[in-house]
Amino acid sequence: MSREQKAVERARKAFFTGRSKSLEYRITQLKNLQRFMQERQKEIAEALKKDLKRSEFGTSLYETLGVESEINLALKKLKEWAAPRPVNKSIMTISDQVYIQPEPLGVVLVIGAWNYPWAVTVGPLVGAIAAGNAAVIKPSEVSSHTSKVMEEFLPLYLDKELYPVVTGGVKETQELLKQRFDHIFYTGNGMVGKIIMEAAAKHLTPTTLELGGKSPCYIDKNCDLTIACRRIAWGKYSNCGQTCIAPDYILCDPSMQDRVIEEIKKNIKEFYTENPLKCPDYGRIINQRHFKRLMSLMEGSSIAVSGEHNEAECYIAPTVLRDVKPDAKVMQEEIFGPLLPIVTVNSVDEAIKFINQREKPLALYIFSSDKKLIDRMIAETSSGGVMANDCLMHFSVSSLPFGGVGDSGMGRYHGQHGFDNLSHMRGVLLKQLKMEAVNKMRYPPHTADKLGWARFFMVRHVDFGSLGRMAMLALLVVFAAVIIQRYFTD
Amino acid sequence: MSSPPSPSPTRWFKALRRPRVEDVCVKTGVSVCSEVLRRARAAFSAGRTAQDTFRMAQLEALVRMLMDHECDFVDALGRDVHKPRFETVMSELLVVKNEALHAISNLKKWMEPQRIERDWSTALDECVVVNEPLGLVLIIGNWTSPLQLCLVPLVGAIAAGNCAIISPSETCTHTAELLHRLIPAYLDNECFHSVIAAAHEITEKVDLKFDHVFFFGDKEDGIKVAQAAARTLARVTLVLRVKNPCYVDSQCDINTTARRITWARFHNAGQSAVAPDYILCHAEAKENLLQALRCSLQQFYGTDPRESRSYGRIVNEENFSKAKEQLWRSGKVIIGGQVNEMERYIAPTVLTDVMESDPIMQQDTIGPILPILTVQDADEAVAFINSREKPLCVYAYSSNNKVISKIMNETSSGSFCSNDSVLQSVMVGLPFGGVGASGMGSYHGRYSFDAFSHKKSCLLRSTQIECMTVLRYPPYEDRNLSLVSLASFLNLKSQGWCTIL
Repeated sequence: MSREQKAVERARKAFFTGRSKSLEYRITQLKNLQRFMQERQKEIAEALKKDLKRSEFGTSLYETLGVESEINLALKKLKEWAAPRPVNKSIMTISDQVYIQPEPLGVVLVIGAWNYPWAVTVGPLVGAIAAGNAAVIKPSEVSSHTSKVMEEFLPLYLDKELYPVVTGGVKETQELLKQRFDHIFYTGNGMVGKIIMEAAAKHLTPTTLELGGKSPCYIDKNCDLTIACRRIAWGKYSNCGQTCIAPDYILCDPSMQDRVIEEIKKNIKEFYTENPLKCPDYGRIINQRHFKRLMSLMEGSSIAVSGEHNEAECYIAPTVLRDVKPDAKVMQEEIFGPLLPIVTVNSVDEAIKFINQREKPLALYIFSSDKKLIDRMIAETSSGGVMANDCLMHFSVSSLPFGGVGDSGMGRYHGQHGFDNLSHMRGVLLKQLKMEAVNKMRYPPHTADKLGWARFFMVRHVDFGSLGRMAMLALLVVFAAVIIQRYFTD
Repeated sequence: MSSPPSPSPTRWFKALRRPRVEDVCVKTGVSVCSEVLRRARAAFSAGRTAQDTFRMAQLEALVRMLMDHECDFVDALGRDVHKPRFETVMSELLVVKNEALHAISNLKKWMEPQRIERDWSTALDECVVVNEPLGLVLIIGNWTSPLQLCLVPLVGAIAAGNCAIISPSETCTHTAELLHRLIPAYLDNECFHSVIAAAHEITEKVDLKFDHVFFFGDKEDGIKVAQAAARTLARVTLVLRVKNPCYVDSQCDINTTARRITWARFHNAGQSAVAPDYILCHAEAKENLLQALRCSLQQFYGTDPRESRSYGRIVNEENFSKAKEQLWRSGKVIIGGQVNEMERYIAPTVLTDVMESDPIMQQDTIGPILPILTVQDADEAVAFINSREKPLCVYAYSSNNKVISKIMNETSSGSFCSNDSVLQSVMVGLPFGGVGASGMGSYHGRYSFDAFSHKKSCLLRSTQIECMTVLRYPPYEDRNLSLVSLASFLNLKSQGWCTIL
């Protein structure tokens, strides 16, 4: 039996003991996870520095604050989320109990990514634990130091059997995908996403796929360009552009292009000094393969800002490309790097058309002070999420579901959405073996009269207050008595 | 409300032998399906389905179609499965009508963007979740409830603003042909289409790229649909047939229990995906249950169910042969067991001494056959249920609430119903769907609308309060890290950690 198979079987056995079902147990595990995030800040930060040259402040800001917030919310709200959810009743179910019961799915596989390893690996894990599942955690091998920290330290805090960490590369992931899970949560690219979904389909395993895409950023004439460009520069060049919801490319009027370039150049200098290579707050491209990919994307486009690079260090300076053509190399795939192309469009109509001709992205960014324009773009385009007048921040609001649509993915998480997404919402109808007279109208032998009564009773459900409920119950009893008397005097 | 006189069984048999759909109309091949898909996509891109007025008009047209052609639907289902008028109206037409009326009266509310409760960290922002149609939906129906399983999801797809292609099951040939004829006469011809697919062509159709695929059927086909959907990243709702267990306790009103089980198991001649597929009967209740079942069957269908106008027939030769095999090679026939090949008639049949390895326990139930297995107590029932795949429904009959709770809490299934059957699968207020091997996703009422929508998160800020956002910009090194501690503290108090961002 392979190591992966053993880990999954152990997790399943542990799940079947039923211990993750109790709310107290889930809360204990979440509190342990919280302690881990607090006590191991140093190890987490060091690993991120080695993997992504992330500064300590950057680590908190972009990773651990977010995960801690999710854990806090889950601890606060778990009882509410896990409670039965009542639904509206109809006349026929007036005396019954009808509700939705959230239940754990079983064993969840969380496949993380390397760009924000804690946010996209431990983030979904919070939802999995809160929902009462076991979870196999597969961190990305590309962020190898972080992966080691997870492997070494998580088992010291969490239930080792219920939440095993399985490290490894492609081979290990393929071995994991042969096993049967009750849900697979994947963050990464579309190509691998399809492979994972197809592998999951063999076992009828539902998937949440947080994929990418080219997130457009439309800058309207009617906006504070200084602030807009500052926010865009921050959103684009944080983590060296390696963010699934980074603004991928800019759409703006040709007359604005020069000013946009100026402003972004100014902000790059403010954030990362004249020489970002030496700046401790500026990251690196994750590896040589991606470095080469990004260098080749620049081919055929005019560089407006920088373009400097250093292969030995996997360094590409914050770069802006101007007058980019729709068929340019850089517009054919998700950039996932510090290259910011500007594509000019003459109107918002053209911008909307441009966006709709392409696959649905994970995020759409709109910079405008015109509310009507923002509403229009929201209504006439489709994307995972929309952010107006800023970048990235919608990821941080726990009450907003985060996820993609179409090629940018399926499923969602954060806050209660993470809990619901990794639960089974079981419909429950509890009846009594009484009031049989009412049921008699549905039994054969069928008559036209019975059909008449059935039509009457099968009305749509109505929202009843408790007084209304009592009144309806009384009415039902009267009707039942009438039916019994008229048709069924045995 | 008077029904036309039902023909005698002999005339029904002749009706069952009428020409198959290949002779009535041409099946829709993959190339025609591509063309239809292209038209539907163009209609969607043009924004035809965006307005609530359009969606409501389509839903109203659907209701009119059901009302105008009630007799035609009764006739078609009568020819296909000898379905009594009562069952067609109750379990097919009224269920769909209910869904459509529910959607019409709630549509405006469902379409409203959901404003997210703000706390002080998001006080300056607007957070909304907008419900967006996915685009193009493919609905693959099933022969067990040919109208309901096509049209209930269609209601959800329309309400959510999608275009849709429905694929009624070719097994119920007359119903499929009727839907194929009526859909273009009532619904928008560009947005909504009907194609009749052979089972083996279904994955080719899924490969054509839809935004969502709804499939109701058996597990093997479900896997193929899921794999095809994966190739195009299409979302799926799969409702799959996995045998539904039904526990009967020693403490219960056995006559009422038997009546409700009889109704659920033998309506539509046992051709249902949501009826109890097998009974786990407490040893003490078994004899009484058998007696009570005999009584109920007598009450419902008379001495010879073949003569009853309320009893159906098996849908086709293939299923009839399979069901006959299951009957003869499983356990012992204790009630019923009579068959008539010419009419594709199988009497309501109860089996005892059934082993888990018998065909009736290993294959999908496709006829009026109810196996009864004996258990010593609820624990044994739970262990048996959990040793098998998660079913669509778990049923339990008992007057002891502790027993009901035990069965419910210690098993997992798409849905659960105590002291009755089937009803939870047609309620507009409860999500209905599977889990594990019985599928993924759910539908009915609001849940259909949600299944066919994308919930788009929108965070709308202004560019006014830039001083607040300054703290997140580099350079960081000379930033006082106590600000980070402040952020962590504020974190605990708010729903979003973008407090100072």
